[in-house]
Amino acid sequence: MSSTATTGSTAQVRVPRAGNTPPSTSKAPFDWRRLTHRPETGALVGTLSVFIFFATFGGAQFLSTGGTASWLNIAAELAIIALPVGLLMIAGEFDLSVGSVVAASSVTLALVSGTYGAPAIVGVAAALAVGLLVGFVNGYIVSRSKVPSFIVTLAMQFALAGLTLGIARLITGSTSIPLTADPVSKAIFGTLIAGQFGVAIFWAVGIALVVAWILQMTKYGNWIFATGGDAESARAAGIPVRKVKIGLFMGSALGASLVGIIQTMLYNGAQTGVGQSFVFNSVIAVVVGGVLLTGGYGSVVGVALGCLTFAVVNQGIYYTGWNSDWASLILGILLLVAVLMNNTFRRLALSSGTGKSKAKK
Amino acid sequence: MVAPLLKLNDVSKSFAGSNALSEISLEVKPGEVLCLLGDNGAGKSTLIKVLSGVHKPTSGTIEVDGQQRVFESPKDAGDLGIATVHQYGGTFPLMSVARCFFVGEEPTKGVWPFHYFDKKTAGLITVQEMQKLGITRVTDGSRLVGSLSGGERQTLAIARAVYFGARVLILDEPTSALGVKQATHVLKIIMQARAQGIAVVFVTHNVMHAMAVGDQFAVLIHGEKADEFRKGERTREQITDLMAGGEAMAALEAELASLTGPVRLP
Repeated sequence: MSSTATTGSTAQVRVPRAGNTPPSTSKAPFDWRRLTHRPETGALVGTLSVFIFFATFGGAQFLSTGGTASWLNIAAELAIIALPVGLLMIAGEFDLSVGSVVAASSVTLALVSGTYGAPAIVGVAAALAVGLLVGFVNGYIVSRSKVPSFIVTLAMQFALAGLTLGIARLITGSTSIPLTADPVSKAIFGTLIAGQFGVAIFWAVGIALVVAWILQMTKYGNWIFATGGDAESARAAGIPVRKVKIGLFMGSALGASLVGIIQTMLYNGAQTGVGQSFVFNSVIAVVVGGVLLTGGYGSVVGVALGCLTFAVVNQGIYYTGWNSDWASLILGILLLVAVLMNNTFRRLALSSGTGKSKAKK
Repeated sequence: MVAPLLKLNDVSKSFAGSNALSEISLEVKPGEVLCLLGDNGAGKSTLIKVLSGVHKPTSGTIEVDGQQRVFESPKDAGDLGIATVHQYGGTFPLMSVARCFFVGEEPTKGVWPFHYFDKKTAGLITVQEMQKLGITRVTDGSRLVGSLSGGERQTLAIARAVYFGARVLILDEPTSALGVKQATHVLKIIMQARAQGIAVVFVTHNVMHAMAVGDQFAVLIHGEKADEFRKGERTREQITDLMAGGEAMAALEAELASLTGPVRLP
């Protein structure tokens, strides 16, 4: 399979050269070959495929406003976590602690503003501070020790879950803490617009724009790619690799905190067990979105598409009338296919430029 | 006499008590190529790390422009114009050539907080600088580094170092992983850098490549400077014999030939 892909690409490259077009003018028409050189191409194919699949089998209900809202809401909450996690993974690190950060932030908000009755803004600030602190600790340990982030954040995931549960029980004697939010904070974090679309969708879009700007347009984006590509060379080129990593760990934890706040406001309270599904779901969304698991390659558009793909499969299954048990099977297969497809696209991108010289040799 | 740009005085480096380098003294002048020769494990990599600020010497001193300096990090060395290019170019295969060229030195445009990385300028400069060094095949800054050949990646890294003001260029085995034609191209670039007045430290185990461009030579064996000479003072056989640890290469080759026997064709 790989050999056919390679020969296909060399043949494609040779076509315009035969026509004697100078390379500078070949930019004018839309170049389909360039599309295969983007990390999000595979993700786009994935999103379109699952959408068409469930639009076909889920019918009008899946395409209705309610159906659309159901997967958009899932995608939005996932994206708030997966987008910063995606940046972190492009820089070559994992964050498996996001699940517990959601729970810890949620419980913090409910305790501060619910149990102790402080203004919502204080609770929100405290919840975000918890996220930033956890992210900093993750980043500090990973960049100071040589322990892989997989282990550090896995340890954090368990330790923080235990801490959250312990504190919640100690203070309230319960794993469920109620919170009655004031209308303004509820409107900002936890309303359903038109009774269906969560405000999280706007948060997700805003975060996507900011993260995309950072990654594609600023020098920090370049630092992130370089850190993930080869941390040693990045350091030699004068990039503060440790700071980049600590910042990104704080970013992913901040995203998780925000989801914790949104869920607490939306459901009027905190549960100590919420958010655990985000740990693997965010990794699935990021990888389906075309981010290289070992770092150095990926895009924000890809991660956003990965979140949509995940949400469409997760929700679409209910509209098909089939047993929802099958959703995980589809997601598992999708993950594997996505990784294989992304590998092929990446190989195409790498072989494209040398097409001519390789063909000659 | 031109003063040496970079000078090592009796530099030693030991790791956990064992000596990786003992009392190495070297100097390199602007517009000169110093070839560091040595077999695997001779201490070349350690010496490079000392020169580029990765390791601090256990004893001995480093002088830049006649002034004694202590490098706390590679950045310190870099700030004094000492740039190191590693075997695989120290480049990022999945980044575009323009991003890679300007990594850590990104040109920005716009006002705070909307500073953005000026990719257009970066692309133009990258292509232009690579063309100066004879790479004409790259016409688009957005091309992935991984699609370049080994020689082109070396060229990209050297072009980058020169563009950002390197005065001492340390090249770690730049030709070892390359084919004959690409290696020749890299040697040509070394001569180009030399002509620009850059001091080049060319680290290699390939005697032919060293002799093609070197002005001055030092041979390392087990972390010690075994020999030092100027261009034309030794023959290729003498150098190879020395590098192989004093055993006559010719005798080894003869032994090898007796073991393999005549080649039979099917």
